[in-house]
Amino acid sequence: MSIATVSFEPKPSLPPPVATAGLLGWLRANLFSSWLNAAFTLATLYLLWRVLPPIFDWMIAEAVWVGDKTEECKNADETRKGGACWIYVRARVSGFMYGLYPYDLRWRVDLAGAVALALMVPVFIKAMPYRAIYGLAAILLVPALASLLFYGWYDFPPNVPEAQTHPWRVVETAKWGGLSLTLLIAWVGIGASLPIGVVLALGRRSKMPIVSALCVGFIELWRGVPLITVMFMSSVMLPLFLPEGVTFDKLLRALIGVTLFSAAYLAEVVRGGLQAIPRGQFEAASALGLSYPKSMALIVLPQALKIVIPGIVNSFIGLFKDTTLVAIIGMYDFLGAVALGNADPKWLGYAVEGYVFAALFYFVFCFSMSRYSLALERKLNTGHKR
Amino acid sequence: MSAAVKDHVQNLATGEVAVQMVGVHKWYGEFHVLKDINLTVHHGERIVICGPSGSGKSTLIRCINRLEEHQKGQIVVQGTELTNDLKQIDAIRREVGMVFQQFNLFPHLTVLENCCLALIWVRKMPRKDAEEIAMKYLTRVRIPEQALKYPGQLSGGQQQRVAIARSLCMNPKVMLFDEPTSALDPEMIKEVLDVMIGLAEDGMTMLCVTHEMGFAQKVANRVIFMDLGEIVEQNTPTEFFNNPQSDRTKLFLSQILRH
Repeated sequence: MSIATVSFEPKPSLPPPVATAGLLGWLRANLFSSWLNAAFTLATLYLLWRVLPPIFDWMIAEAVWVGDKTEECKNADETRKGGACWIYVRARVSGFMYGLYPYDLRWRVDLAGAVALALMVPVFIKAMPYRAIYGLAAILLVPALASLLFYGWYDFPPNVPEAQTHPWRVVETAKWGGLSLTLLIAWVGIGASLPIGVVLALGRRSKMPIVSALCVGFIELWRGVPLITVMFMSSVMLPLFLPEGVTFDKLLRALIGVTLFSAAYLAEVVRGGLQAIPRGQFEAASALGLSYPKSMALIVLPQALKIVIPGIVNSFIGLFKDTTLVAIIGMYDFLGAVALGNADPKWLGYAVEGYVFAALFYFVFCFSMSRYSLALERKLNTGHKR
Repeated sequence: MSAAVKDHVQNLATGEVAVQMVGVHKWYGEFHVLKDINLTVHHGERIVICGPSGSGKSTLIRCINRLEEHQKGQIVVQGTELTNDLKQIDAIRREVGMVFQQFNLFPHLTVLENCCLALIWVRKMPRKDAEEIAMKYLTRVRIPEQALKYPGQLSGGQQQRVAIARSLCMNPKVMLFDEPTSALDPEMIKEVLDVMIGLAEDGMTMLCVTHEMGFAQKVANRVIFMDLGEIVEQNTPTEFFNNPQSDRTKLFLSQILRH
């Protein structure tokens, strides 16, 4: 063959490598990449197949959704396999929300909720000017407003008829309860513990030995005791130490306990963030003439807090769930209200439904916090990796 | 002191003193990092400080704006003595700009915000005026178009130029440069040095810790050589490089000029 007649025939393309794309490819890469992997996958599938259908049956398919009487669940139990009795939750939901709060005054709690929502909505609107400052103000304002609405302001002596009927009569904190109480405690705890935690963290790093020792002592003291102990101390022991005739509200004491407890944890989280900021940042701020408070507020803390958002939110989620411990001192928070409902003689035997509902509720709240923190981290990312 | 320096000081004697250090000592624990430093810097003087690492040159200029505290002696900046009085320290820091080896830009703020920050919070200037000044100096360091980016999106050379602009915004009477090009890739050193040369030509009082001997030869009035916490030798650049007096200077120059 002469050179002139050489022609280049392209070889046929190779077939695509065996299923690296598409559903099959994904399955192959992630679930069946080795014999061991495949075995685990199959075992897991078997487990799910055994577990999920009963859960689905109990929660949805066989559950009683309509009706409002306990008999309807009882009848259903006889005819069917016995699913969840969701009408129990529906019947008690108002108790879950408000606890023992007087029926005719629950609109005040609703109003507080609506005000809180209305004040917080602008925080999530991007175009809002001074959003951060507004948000801080809202966080501080909401608990005060809510407490005022919860509490009311006309304190009648018990023998006056208005004491039972007046729309703005005082409701003692012992009557507050349910989800509204949980949210109030969490809100106050979160709003107050972060600033205290920041101050403690800065104090712990202070060069002044007394300030630093005080902060270390405070943090270690509160971290060294369980929250239950704090609750007991605040409700049982503290009144013993107070002078005769001096009382202050049980809820307030619990709030202070929860806040300081959480502040001690947050202080350590924030300290971690402060340690991650290079010294040069503070030096550059100083060299520009910024005072210590200004360099902290404008330069160091914004960066430090950004770094520890996951840790802060972690603490907040912990705090939110720890509010259930106010049950120890006889307050009915959300979980307490659910437990109270379970003891309702009309609805005996449906505690599981109550607790499952409570679990779902807590999960929704905590998961939202977690997602919000992730979104916040993405938003605050300025492309600076260290 | 050599004749050349004497002449120079004579020339400047009429000018005001920007920085004066008299008998300054500093210890880090047992380590005597500054030993009896006497230094007078007049307005408009450009001083390059060089010396082996650990010789105390960074510490020396960091004492001038109190990033480090001296333990003995006297430092007077712009007629104000550095004491423990926070007000005086702040007053001096407002007059003294500083550029760091690691830039130390604020990564959570844009370039423009970096420059405006001190104007707004220290000089109490309205944001609009502050931004105008910031843009003026960003233009001067030739990166106005990066004003809205974050420092993390800029190259090292650009970041250092922003850092210089940030200092200039405060209209300092004295600028301190602490190894401004040491953390830069070689191709970025020139753009930063060009900005510094421009500053020198405009008559800025500058103290530079640097190993850029070309820069020293070009713009310095005086080169100071430090070793083991002492000022070993100071002279005009020509004399310093061509006719070093002390053996330590000769050794140092032979080491850095070998290649």
